[in-house]
Amino acid sequence: MEPKPRLLTILDTITAVLLVAATAMVFFYAPTEAVMGDVQRVFYFHVAAGWVGMLSFGVAAVAGIIYLIRSDRTWDIVGLSAVEIGLAFAFINIVTGSIWARPIWNTWWTWDPRLTTATVMELIYAAYLMLRAGIEDPDRRARFGAVYAILGFVSVPLTFFSARLFRTIHPTVIGTGDPSSQGQFDMTPRMLQTFLFSLLTFTFIFADLLWHRIRLSRFSEKVEQLKLKTLS
Amino acid sequence: MNSETQLAAGERRARTTHGQPSFLGAVWAVVWKDLAAELRSRELLSAMLVFALLVILIFNFALELAVQERRAVTSGVLWVTFAFAGTLGLNRSMAIEKDRGCLDGLLLAPVDRSAIYFGKAIGNLIFMFIVELIVLPVYSLLYNVNLFVPGLLLVTVLGSVGYTAVGTLLASMAVQTRTRDVLLPILLFPIIIPVILGAVKSSGFFLEGREMADIWPWLNLLIVYDVIFTAIAFMVFDYVVEE
Repeated sequence: MEPKPRLLTILDTITAVLLVAATAMVFFYAPTEAVMGDVQRVFYFHVAAGWVGMLSFGVAAVAGIIYLIRSDRTWDIVGLSAVEIGLAFAFINIVTGSIWARPIWNTWWTWDPRLTTATVMELIYAAYLMLRAGIEDPDRRARFGAVYAILGFVSVPLTFFSARLFRTIHPTVIGTGDPSSQGQFDMTPRMLQTFLFSLLTFTFIFADLLWHRIRLSRFSEKVEQLKLKTLS
Repeated sequence: MNSETQLAAGERRARTTHGQPSFLGAVWAVVWKDLAAELRSRELLSAMLVFALLVILIFNFALELAVQERRAVTSGVLWVTFAFAGTLGLNRSMAIEKDRGCLDGLLLAPVDRSAIYFGKAIGNLIFMFIVELIVLPVYSLLYNVNLFVPGLLLVTVLGSVGYTAVGTLLASMAVQTRTRDVLLPILLFPIIIPVILGAVKSSGFFLEGREMADIWPWLNLLIVYDVIFTAIAFMVFDYVVEE
């Protein structure tokens, strides 16, 4: 077994420190929002998790394109790992959003464009994993996974756009907001700092998890090979 | 033009008509093969049609369509029907290729692989159109809603093109998996949500007689989707059928 790379240990440590710091910032550094109160604090990790959910989708699609060009199995592993991480973080995004929406919108769920898009993204991730589960030949599994990741990545922005042609009530914190949305707020400098710090933290978490997951795939492949060798 | 180049051009033309088939010729051959097979068996179309009518029947009971509400839900009911009947057709159309190794025969043919994709997609599109051309009048008759709006036909064409462009690609993936026909709707529906949304909205607007300014964004969405996904399917089809 190859030893754990030193750089990965360093990345683990940085990520852990950042996560603790980000949590502390969310609870103690960021001011309490005037209208919504403490429940607004969920926003920092909510958006950061959504960011990771989308980032992994992008990584999976890019890995898919590179795999189709080069047929190098490493990129297939990268794509699969990104999708698994994305599935988890998109789920965190949806759950934290619901926790916030209950007191603010007075409902756990509404068919707003962002919520719809998040759901569709989650469903595409799930379909990707089901597609892979149904194929035994590893090369074909990798090719189909790559194709599906690309299709999904292109279709999600269109889903968002089409859902947005309806009226939205989701607050737009970044960029120009629609006055009819509910739960809108302006960020103070401290809030903005906390928010950006959370984004940074979650990006580190993503990179760290991705690396671990890729390593895990390598190990499981090695185990398979060893198994075949001992059996034959 | 001198005589030599004329000769070369003539030779090239001869080769495209007699030797290696041209791209369009290959596409047409695949379409024709599907149509001829269907004309003899009538398996696919009859299944799609009966299924589509059953879906409409079930909606009738499930939604208790009163005259007033009928207008509002018509476009939704129609597109759900087309989408469900469509998966039936897509699955079957690729399954017959896979079952007796027809696909391998097609792949051995010395033509561009994308010609096979376009042939299958156009074949599927024709079957979709036939089902839609029968379902629309039957629906108008049964529910006393006038569906003979030119705009609705345009939406039907645009929506079906996007649906079959993605559907043909995903169906050729789904038939090569262990779970086969179960998998196709799961793969297909999350990807075609923009098509369904756009088609339902724009056909609803056409039926309500809204102004074109309201409808254009939706039509544009459908056109953009059709173009993008036909292009992607064209590019990646090779990887899907590769052995």
